[in-house]
Amino acid sequence: MADIGTDVIPEPAAGGRASSAPLLGRDSEPTLFELSQPGRRSWQLRTTAVPEVPLEDLVPDEHRRDGPPTLAEVSERDLVAHFTRLSHRQFSVDLGAYPLGSCTMKYNPKMCDAVAALPGLADVHPAAPASCTQGWLQLLVELEQQLCEITGMAAATLQPAAGAAGELTGLLLMRAWHDAHGGRRHKVVIPDSAHGTNPASVTLGGYDVVTVPSDARGCVDLAALKAVLDEDVAGIMLTNPNTLGLFEEDISAIAAAVHEVGGLLYYDGANLNAIVGVVRPGDMGFDIVHLNLHKTFATPHGGGGPGAGPVAVSERLVPYLPGPRPALITDGAGPRYGWTTTPESIGRVHSWHGNALVLARALAYLLVHGGDGLRKVAHLAVLNANWLRTRLSGTYDVPYDRPCMHECVLSASSLKKASGVKALDVAKRLLEEGFHSPTVYFPLIVDEALMLEPTETESLQTLEALATALESIAADALEPGGAERAAGAPHGTPVRRVDEARAARTLVPTFDARR
Amino acid sequence: MSGYAPHTEAEVASMLEFLGLSSLDDLFAVVPAALRLAGGLDLPDGVAEPDAFAYLDDLARANRPTGRHLVCFAGGGAYDHEVPPVTRALASRSEFVTSYTPYQPEVAQGVLQAVFEFQTLVARLTGMEVANASLYDGAAATVEAVNLGVAATGRSTVWVSRGLNPTWRQVLATFGSGTAHRLVDVPLVGGTTAWDGVRHEDGDPGVVVVAYPNYLGCLEDVAAARELCDRTGALLVVAFDPIAAGVLRSPGHWGADVVVGEGQALGMPLSFGGPYLGLFACGLSQVRRLPGRLVGETVDAEGRRAYVSTLRAREQDIRREKATSNVCTNQTLMAVTAAIQLGWLGTTGIAEVALRSARATRYCRDRLLALPGVEPLVTAAVLREFAVRLPLSAPVVIERLVDEGFLAGIALGDDYTPGTDDGLLVSVTERRTRTEIDAYVDAMAKAVR
Repeated sequence: MADIGTDVIPEPAAGGRASSAPLLGRDSEPTLFELSQPGRRSWQLRTTAVPEVPLEDLVPDEHRRDGPPTLAEVSERDLVAHFTRLSHRQFSVDLGAYPLGSCTMKYNPKMCDAVAALPGLADVHPAAPASCTQGWLQLLVELEQQLCEITGMAAATLQPAAGAAGELTGLLLMRAWHDAHGGRRHKVVIPDSAHGTNPASVTLGGYDVVTVPSDARGCVDLAALKAVLDEDVAGIMLTNPNTLGLFEEDISAIAAAVHEVGGLLYYDGANLNAIVGVVRPGDMGFDIVHLNLHKTFATPHGGGGPGAGPVAVSERLVPYLPGPRPALITDGAGPRYGWTTTPESIGRVHSWHGNALVLARALAYLLVHGGDGLRKVAHLAVLNANWLRTRLSGTYDVPYDRPCMHECVLSASSLKKASGVKALDVAKRLLEEGFHSPTVYFPLIVDEALMLEPTETESLQTLEALATALESIAADALEPGGAERAAGAPHGTPVRRVDEARAARTLVPTFDARR
Repeated sequence: MSGYAPHTEAEVASMLEFLGLSSLDDLFAVVPAALRLAGGLDLPDGVAEPDAFAYLDDLARANRPTGRHLVCFAGGGAYDHEVPPVTRALASRSEFVTSYTPYQPEVAQGVLQAVFEFQTLVARLTGMEVANASLYDGAAATVEAVNLGVAATGRSTVWVSRGLNPTWRQVLATFGSGTAHRLVDVPLVGGTTAWDGVRHEDGDPGVVVVAYPNYLGCLEDVAAARELCDRTGALLVVAFDPIAAGVLRSPGHWGADVVVGEGQALGMPLSFGGPYLGLFACGLSQVRRLPGRLVGETVDAEGRRAYVSTLRAREQDIRREKATSNVCTNQTLMAVTAAIQLGWLGTTGIAEVALRSARATRYCRDRLLALPGVEPLVTAAVLREFAVRLPLSAPVVIERLVDEGFLAGIALGDDYTPGTDDGLLVSVTERRTRTEIDAYVDAMAKAVR
């Protein structure tokens, strides 16, 4: 290998930007059904020597279908090529920066995937007796303990498969608590900046939504909150930092006011990455906390799941947690792991024990980081977001101009007035620059919102490149023809701007529904 | 500490200087000091990757995974079917694994098209017009189907066959308490649902739920459930099995309004119960009540074929408290996995796996029932799973067979064997050889002697 002179120090280059090469595929990829040729096959099954009884003798006539369901008939080679080409038409964290606000798209360590692939974890049947699953049970108990320390809670259920499932579980816990302590309540308070899952979960939990406005500083309007609090309020759902990326400084006063009327505080953990290791929901006064392991603890999001949404609770709510729960059992028979369920439990919220392999990945991530490492995660996530906010504050509007936490919400409102270029256009133009778009038009209370969450795993060079791209997009918008160019974006992506209205108007949800 | 953030100390210093701050702690000046953790989290210090891996590998080794040393005869919604290297390899491509929900379709055509193909495959398997992009698991899909049915009929009484997986029924009860559904448990007689065993005094059902095949492996008379729905105006929800569908008439054939199922058998390892895959299909007449995401075909600005999440106005981020469901993150990677696995199986493979599983089940059942003291629990026809009564406690037998290298099955609860614990549910997939089945039966003979 050639010796590289130490006097040549290259300029740091931007990582986290997708080059155009992986996004080839300008041609449409045919569907599996168009690739199908009758008579081809991929499958190969084990030789078993089991007696070959004819199908007619196994399935009664009235139940037997006339012929096999038509799926697709492709060779293994075609199957591999098809899905590999599809993967080349897909942006991902592994390819480049993904500053999608509210989604915490940080780098997903490969070691965690390796853990999830261990046969001793992946090949365990969920109904196997506890004598066969001691390792799994210990893993779950240790994860629960770590999550409780991180949130400042007493115990947790690991069953909920995603954040929204955790929310609904938490609301049912709230309901069980009130039913056992003074009777049914009917209202749950939600800020107007909340994630859409919050009000949807409230409805499914059997509650009515009461919305409180944000004040001029972007936080819960304490006076407005106090005005809606009464003895029929079961609790409040809050994200802190909120969806504007701002820390609710009045949180202790909010907690006191809600507790004053006997209500409970629910913490939506979607934004935990901002404060992990710095401040705990339990110390802020929260009673119920859900965590999104696929955000804060880096389990890969899989294009839309699987996630995991454990729910941790304070001491007084522990009896109501879903069961069965993994536990270390110490009775006469010697310490061992097993399952426990309390009589007050609200019941199961998952077919089995939750998204177990996701839970294993999260524990792997936690072991690598430790308490100090987690605090570093929050520090650097907040540092990155504030750097972006400050750098871009001259280019885009900053509706709530004060230090943010892990994400910053900008607005293309002035840009739109000056040039006609909307937040959506900015998002599409950014795709051309090799970055994923920020979240747009959320939170709903910000006009032309651009919500950027860089996470701690993007480098300064990447932030600079991202900021430069956003600045040049804004500058170009103001040049002659800027609005037309922006409306025509993106170029150079696997497809150009997609006609969403047509998809809804002329619904084609399957290949067979095509004309 | 270990970690994955790239910042050098010099870069952190320059960024702080840019912000006019003197320390990282200053970033949190807005957090009241009294709330901040003074001494940090009480967690062990971080360790290097290899050390964390070794620790978790030790925990994994404390388990008994299925395989040559613990041959799997357990099912109950989690099945040991072939998952070929090609499915594992394609499903672990990092473009699928490390992307988010496809909010920007121009750079998400890979996931969107794979999900579109998944929806098509599920629609064909179920005999329905439309399938969604996945839900968490079979239980979650059932809950959503019941919610859809109650909304569609305006009647909150739900008749649920006891043949539906008991843990799914528990989940239904948990979430049904929030939505105030009235769940009516419909008993089994001889292994299939006795619909006439329900008293009508509380009015007609809005939703009827039946499993095909059911938890005990039996083939239900779905036509009878359809007639009941026609008579009462209820919506029919059929919980189907995507492998059994390779040889059984489809739920669509029987007139299901909504079809749900557990998709784990379509390429997912047993995984201690998750992540699995909730399947959900219905007719186009219900599509505006469909829970979760739906991918549709459209065109791009140049008229080329493209895919996008559609009918978004149903969803929580737009409709908020009036949404059809609260689901946001689903199990997309599992849906992509199922599309790959169904592509691998294809038309002939899905039928072959079902046929071979049914043959192995028949062979195993005949041999087990020839043992003294082992009796059939039910009389109805079964396909790929069956229930027996043992001459002693099923949990005891299961432990004994673990020592012999077999996961013997799942002990049946009080629902199926009131007052006793001698019921055992046995599942035999296409992966079980005659040699394994013979050895299992011999071990069972010893265990129940």
